[in-house]
Amino acid sequence: MLGIGKRDTTILLVVAFMALAAPIILNPFPANSAMAQFNAGYPDLMQRFVIFGIFAIGFNILFGLTGYLSFGHAAFLGAGSYAAVWMFKLLSFNVIPAVLLSIVVAALFSVLIGFISLRRSGIYFSILTLAFAQMSYNLAYSVLTPLTNGETGLQVYTSDPQYLRGEGDPIVTHLFGLEMRAKETLELGPWAFDFSVGYYFCAILMLISFYISIRIFRSPFGLMLRAVKSNNHRLSYTGLNSRPYALTAFIISGAYAGLAGGLLAAMDPLAGAERMQWTASGEVVLMTILGGAGTLIGPVLGAGFIKYCENIFSKINENVLHSWFAALPDGLETGLVWVASKFVGEGWHLTLGLMFMLVVIFLPGGLVEGGQRIGRALRRRRGQDEPGRSAAKEPAE
Amino acid sequence: MDAIILQILNGLDKGSAYALIALGLTLIFGTLGVVNFAHGALFMIGAFCAVTVQRLMQLSHTEIDESRTDFLGNPLQVEVPYLESWFGPELGQALISWSVPLAILLAIPVMMLVGWIMERGLIQHFYKRPHADQILVTFGLAIVLQEIIRQFYGANPIPTPAPDALRGSVDFGVWLGFGPGVIFYPVWRFVYFLFSLLIIGGVFAFLQFTTFGMVVRAGMADRETVGLLGIDIDKRFTLMFGIAAAVAGLAGVMYTPILSPNYHMGMDFLVLSFVVVVVGGMGSLPGAVLSGFLLGIVQSFASMNEVKAILPGIDQIIIYLVAIIILLTRPRGLLGRRGVMEE
Repeated sequence: MLGIGKRDTTILLVVAFMALAAPIILNPFPANSAMAQFNAGYPDLMQRFVIFGIFAIGFNILFGLTGYLSFGHAAFLGAGSYAAVWMFKLLSFNVIPAVLLSIVVAALFSVLIGFISLRRSGIYFSILTLAFAQMSYNLAYSVLTPLTNGETGLQVYTSDPQYLRGEGDPIVTHLFGLEMRAKETLELGPWAFDFSVGYYFCAILMLISFYISIRIFRSPFGLMLRAVKSNNHRLSYTGLNSRPYALTAFIISGAYAGLAGGLLAAMDPLAGAERMQWTASGEVVLMTILGGAGTLIGPVLGAGFIKYCENIFSKINENVLHSWFAALPDGLETGLVWVASKFVGEGWHLTLGLMFMLVVIFLPGGLVEGGQRIGRALRRRRGQDEPGRSAAKEPAE
Repeated sequence: MDAIILQILNGLDKGSAYALIALGLTLIFGTLGVVNFAHGALFMIGAFCAVTVQRLMQLSHTEIDESRTDFLGNPLQVEVPYLESWFGPELGQALISWSVPLAILLAIPVMMLVGWIMERGLIQHFYKRPHADQILVTFGLAIVLQEIIRQFYGANPIPTPAPDALRGSVDFGVWLGFGPGVIFYPVWRFVYFLFSLLIIGGVFAFLQFTTFGMVVRAGMADRETVGLLGIDIDKRFTLMFGIAAAVAGLAGVMYTPILSPNYHMGMDFLVLSFVVVVVGGMGSLPGAVLSGFLLGIVQSFASMNEVKAILPGIDQIIIYLVAIIILLTRPRGLLGRRGVMEE
């Protein structure tokens, strides 16, 4: 279907189902119960899931396929955000031109950076991209203030021209009149499910991006990119110049990052330089690795996992911990709470760093590899019970 | 002329810090072949050694001072640091005021230990893995280290002043024959510069004039052959990792009076130090030192108002710009050997 293989279609359908039914799946606990804090089904968070999913899918096209580790992708995210907000300022609050321009701007920007950075590979490439991203970040804060509004961040003011704005248009971001923040709440007994326009807009774009990434993975071009990763030297010995392929991958992933940045701005028309900081680049690297670099579904999983943990972990504070461990004896409780409080709330980054280290050390293939290992172990056990079924299929990607 | 000298001087202290961190990075890369993204965190831990020593020295207890009274006529309760009651007020005060230089004594063993644990516990398992994995795991480690520091010391910068005797500025221009009051320069920055020269000289002398250093240099050139000669090169490389960590730590300790330590100072310096290493030439120790000082001075020239008037914002990006130009025109860096990481 759609020109992709059977297994890929299954993956696409599963992701599509998960994305479209997310408001229900992610809200398994009744709204007023104690477990409601683990619900993730509200629009704000779900939007971040899919937006960072797009970012990670794009990053994976570069890192997962070609093996070039870029530490500067946040620059494209930031550029996309700025471009989108400028469209809001100049044209209207319609998101279509904003998203389109953010893709174009980020792609052009990545042509420039990619053309220079890709002259080197390995660690030099990482450092070059890092240098470019830091440069953009510093410039956005200082000289480019007329374009970026410096530390305040770029936002839309009532005095902005907005040439295409019609009479009755809403003054929040909208899609031809359909407000992004509009939502429909469905109440089923104690459960409440929010279906928001903004979320579905992002989710559909995410599915399109995901589909394109599947096509790239399975295309001859994708095979070429894998060849760059596995043996660049041999590729050049066969008389092929690998740089145009790598550059194309770089531009595609830059455009994805721009789309993600544009969507961030479309959900909340605000852009700040901190989106370009290199810790933000580190974050997308984390998501891709955590999910599984080079796999189709890995980046989406990683992005969702990290954003979910971030949200949940930073919400927990000492009071919550005390209520969890209340059943324990006093001394033990205080000790446990003291230890646990270092890892939640403000300390969420500590957990993130530890998680990241553990994944790189023990599970270089990320969550996907973890799933495969568990699957293989299960199959092996079943195989012992009834021989003949142990002829396992090769693991899914 | 005086403006030029002033800018050179201004660049020296930052350049010294870059040079020290880059030296450690290069030592690790040259010996173990590992790209250590956690090196900035080691610099930061060194700085917090100084904070720790300062806090320990200021530990105090309350005493009743009979000679002074509050407004009701009762004897006044005063906080007296333990050091003062042990060594007498003068020596005690002097010790407290010299807490930053004294922190070196704590920092050396602590940093060696941290380096040893890092290498044995984590990095040795990554020698055979690709560079990308090394970058990623040390990046994760850097996050963990800086978050741990933040848990214990908070997120705000902690002021750690220089010793009283070394505070203030000297009229440096007079020594060079300019009029008085033309070039003022803080004393501590001089101290920092001299200190860094001392450390750099020490590391080079250690590598050049001791048997141990000779073996390490041989190992950097050809690890396998040294191993075949029956020398346990791994053990020596581990020690070199410790030394590199100590160099970064000492750079951090002495930098605290210039920049109040905060938990993310390591990351800020790390990015620049990598640029320094790359400009100097991956794996070249003299290159790292040279480009450290050079980039520090270039940066200080770029932040002159006259330069900024022509090229606004140049001070923010000059280092990266230099790095990009060097990488594109001379990929092995200023003093890099041909064929080492030239990809």
